[in-house]
Amino acid sequence: MMERFSNPVLLKELKLRFRAFKSFSGLMFYLAVLCIFVAGFLLIYTQFSGTSFFRPNDSFTMFAVLSVLQMGLVMFMTPGLTAGAISTEREKQTLNILLTTTQSSTQIIIGKLLSSVAFLILMLVAGLPLYSLVFLFGGVSPSQFITIFLLYLVTLVAIGSIGIMFSTITKKTIVSMIATYGAMIFLGGITAFFFFIGVSMEQMSMGMSTATPFSPITYFWASINPGALMVTILYPEMANSLESVVGISLPIWVVYLIFYILLTAFCLFVAIRKLRANMKTNR
Amino acid sequence: MMVDIKGLTKKYGSFVALNNLNLTLDEGVVFGFVGANGAGKSTTFSILATLLSPTSGDAFINGKSVVREPKEVRKLIGYMPDFFGVYDQLKADEYLDFYGASYGLSADERKVLIPQLLELVNLTHKRYEYVDLLSRGMKQRLCLARSLIHDPKVLILDEPASGLDPRARIEMRDILKHLKSMGKTILISSHILPELAEMCDEIGVIDNGKLIAHGNVAAIQEQLQGDKRVIVKVMDQLEKARAFFEEDPYISSIEVADGKKEISFNYRGKTEDQVNLLRKALLADIPIYTLTEEEKDLEDVFMAITKGADEA
Ligand SMILES: Nc1ncnc2c1ncn2[C@@H]1O[C@H](COP(=O)(O)OP(=O)(O)OP(=O)(O)O)[C@@H](O)[C@H]1O
Ligand SMILES: [Mg+2]
Repeated sequence: MMERFSNPVLLKELKLRFRAFKSFSGLMFYLAVLCIFVAGFLLIYTQFSGTSFFRPNDSFTMFAVLSVLQMGLVMFMTPGLTAGAISTEREKQTLNILLTTTQSSTQIIIGKLLSSVAFLILMLVAGLPLYSLVFLFGGVSPSQFITIFLLYLVTLVAIGSIGIMFSTITKKTIVSMIATYGAMIFLGGITAFFFFIGVSMEQMSMGMSTATPFSPITYFWASINPGALMVTILYPEMANSLESVVGISLPIWVVYLIFYILLTAFCLFVAIRKLRANMKTNR
Repeated sequence: MMVDIKGLTKKYGSFVALNNLNLTLDEGVVFGFVGANGAGKSTTFSILATLLSPTSGDAFINGKSVVREPKEVRKLIGYMPDFFGVYDQLKADEYLDFYGASYGLSADERKVLIPQLLELVNLTHKRYEYVDLLSRGMKQRLCLARSLIHDPKVLILDEPASGLDPRARIEMRDILKHLKSMGKTILISSHILPELAEMCDEIGVIDNGKLIAHGNVAAIQEQLQGDKRVIVKVMDQLEKARAFFEEDPYISSIEVADGKKEISFNYRGKTEDQVNLLRKALLADIPIYTLTEEEKDLEDVFMAITKGADEA
């Protein structure tokens, strides 16, 4: 009965991943970056704020910056973990054998995705003790904290799916890596750039007319940018100023969630369809 | 009928890799697939293994279509590609365990099967060794064990003996004989033809994507028995021997190798004629010390058949 739900690819990938030294060193590197950051932050605040106190307000700032940093690290590591999932098997000539087993394409793709996601979640969990510091000093609500973690999850699953898709449809891992990092940079950076262009155009035209602003495109760029969503979660007043610029009151997390879920579904669908030779339609 | 290939055609752009291939094999047959580099052997096997879709035509394994029911076909076949890799950082038994799980075998079934399979391919002593540390021949045998894990009816082995030393080749052949005795239908492709001859029930010759001959080994060899080549070695008097043989009506294409004191010729006569020839030669005082017939192995069959196809 258990066998029906177990995923051999997932189990094997996890086994290999936890055996590989580079996973361990990657995790250590990640934790080191976070620790150095937190230590530096504490030092600067207690040294230069003139007080030896660490106020809830400062604690919140630390939480905010830590969250953004962690988001950046996660976004940066996800393509590296997933963009080679299928293509390295192709390059190492293990894929053919895997594809002649009776596992379904869905099982293989989901197994690959989940093993990467599991590792990323492990990283996030390993960073949790640092957050306990934030809770110790106060200033952050648990609901904010949980929302941020859900945001990580949605984002890393989506970027992971993009990586798996490129890994399936490209022949070479290097191409897949470039494409996935490209997509990640587009979502994380280029969208922000487009947003700011939209905002500045809005401001220019606002001087001329008195009509209430309405710019769905600018709103869209903001709503699919993980950084923008994070800022509106951390500082709800930012959501209001965004609304005043674009004239749309729908909270951007709604669009974000829909967009990233659709993106995930699309990428996984393509990956599953393209994994094996399509017997029926190629006739 | 276990394997039934019907009008299989595969095109890469305008290049025709497989051209209307038809082939049927009964259960339990060991089929040797012979052809030059690029003839289309691996393409055929990839289609049978559901890895490649044909441009047209279809193939059936035990009645299941590789095009329409690939999932059913995967249960029936064990496939060993010509080139394959292994996962580093998996041990031999974990390697088999992973594929066992991939075929939906339960943990208990796997626990029983894995030692048996390792025993079958003589790798019991490497059970806890990392797979990428095994030698080429061991990897090859491990891959064979892997292809057997779900007890398939049909084995598709693409050059299973390539890159093996003579000893490993003989080991591989013994394992295949054992599998044959278990009643499996086996398809093997190879460049090394003589080793196929003694193992296979049937041989198929493919050239430029076309199956140009198919039959049992003896039948194919018989096609070429008409002009056997005889080699005679003499102690000396090479010229006299040559003059003698030139008179025989059944002899043609005489060649003399001076250095080796060897005369070779095509002989069309029956066995009795050959006895007479030898008797006369000895009476004529020609110092023959050996007379041999050149072995007509599959290599020659193969060369002859493919040459014929080129000329056509
Ligand atoms: N993906 C591909 N794209 C274009 N041509 C291909 C492709 N794969 C194979 N071919 C061509 O199809 C022909 C048949 O190749 P195949 O690998 O089946 O030959 P083979 O009989 O297995 O040869 P070998 O003995 O060298 O293994 C070759 O001419 C090859 O160049
Ligand atoms: Mg080949």
